[in-house]
Amino acid sequence: MSVPAELRYTEEHEWVAIDGGTASVGITDYAAGQLGDVVYVSLPTVGATVTAGDPCGEVESTKSVSDLYSPVDGEVAEINEELDDDPGLVNAEPYGAGWMFRVRLPAGSGGETELPPGLLTAAEYEELTKSAG
Amino acid sequence: MTEFAGWLMPLRYGSETAEHNAVRSAAALFDLSHMGEIAVTGPGAAAALDYAVCGWPSALAPGRARYTMLCAPDGGILDDLVVYRQADDRFLVVANAANTAVVLAELRQRCAGAVVQDETEITGLIAIQGPNAPGILSRVTDLPLDGMRYYAGASGTVGGCPAWVARTGYTGEDGFEIFCAAGDAERVWAALTEAGDRDGAGLPAAGLAARDTLRLEAGMPLYGSELGPDVTPYEAGLGRVVRLDKPGDFVGRAALAARAAEGPRRTLIGLVARSRRVPRHGYAVLSGSGEVGVVTSGAPSPTLGTPIAMAYVRTGATGPFGIDVRGNNEPAEMTELPFYDRRKQR
Repeated sequence: MSVPAELRYTEEHEWVAIDGGTASVGITDYAAGQLGDVVYVSLPTVGATVTAGDPCGEVESTKSVSDLYSPVDGEVAEINEELDDDPGLVNAEPYGAGWMFRVRLPAGSGGETELPPGLLTAAEYEELTKSAG
Repeated sequence: MTEFAGWLMPLRYGSETAEHNAVRSAAALFDLSHMGEIAVTGPGAAAALDYAVCGWPSALAPGRARYTMLCAPDGGILDDLVVYRQADDRFLVVANAANTAVVLAELRQRCAGAVVQDETEITGLIAIQGPNAPGILSRVTDLPLDGMRYYAGASGTVGGCPAWVARTGYTGEDGFEIFCAAGDAERVWAALTEAGDRDGAGLPAAGLAARDTLRLEAGMPLYGSELGPDVTPYEAGLGRVVRLDKPGDFVGRAALAARAAEGPRRTLIGLVARSRRVPRHGYAVLSGSGEVGVVTSGAPSPTLGTPIAMAYVRTGATGPFGIDVRGNNEPAEMTELPFYDRRKQR
């Protein structure tokens, strides 16, 4: 199971990459492995406002459906439309081509290097998945 | 891995979609050793089973098998079973893992004049399913498979180990189920895997997730989803398994005869979703603005490329149907079961 050190994580198994004022979001390798083959991803619409910790989409796999939570506050700037044709990218490349959406962070909050509060480091997330078995 | 009826079972070995597709296009192996195997033996075995289940086991020729059910006196389904007549005076009853204890207790009580023995712990069960199954199995068995009919079985060897090999399965494909001594299961598995590797297409292992989508596409019911103590075989569309035409009494006969005469109050139907959101067990089926039924099984169908479901609806309910997928009415089209029939595909 891979947990890239440069990313931040949530307890709901999303990853976040902050690049300037934009946060890219996806689900972790661990989450994709637990879900099994992802068959459909319902994403928020571009322009929608998302709130950290609130559901903003769904991930359907063979055996289950899970809510997708936004790890940050902001406005949806872009969604990964490739997932519509090829949801299996979430399993194949959860941190790459399987990314889900990008959020424009509100001006003034966050800043260039400061992370939104409540996110986990790679080490903390790895610990969480180990204790979950 | 997942906890399943007291057994630790793999939901998937790799990608469940790839495992599913392997069964449809080539072949795959299933470890089904969790299933219950109960032997009913002795000169009185056939008559005893005729009383115990709603089918007609005594009418089976040795070497043949039948899908049947164990019903309660009120006609409710306690388990669905496959009964193999292995010899004149020996029947092998295969039960769902979760129901093995119930089936064993009921058979012991109902089968006066026969010996009822639980062979679950000493029996390994491996299924090889898919169009390549006969070719692969034929390399490691002494049994001639060409002449073996669907729902027939014979004693022979697989990978050098004694085995009962039957042309049965739960996937909607051609294939075999191999019953062997539990201690031989690894050797049988390895022999088949090796034979599969020589096949080119290979013989991957498949888990419970693929088993579920395969049986759903094939329109096969699952105990706990489509079948249960509050369901009669008629409601499940399986009235044909109730042999009211057999002589003598059997457990549930009076109740089942009454149910047969009055007609089912609900009907099992197939639904193909028009949206990509997957109907799941327990979701309401809607017609107009009202609720007319409930989804019993639902999954994305790898073969059809769209979500499918089985559901009970009030008899006579007419579409257009929708499914309440977490608050949204998602349209779904009623279709005949099964969703997938290999004889129509090839």
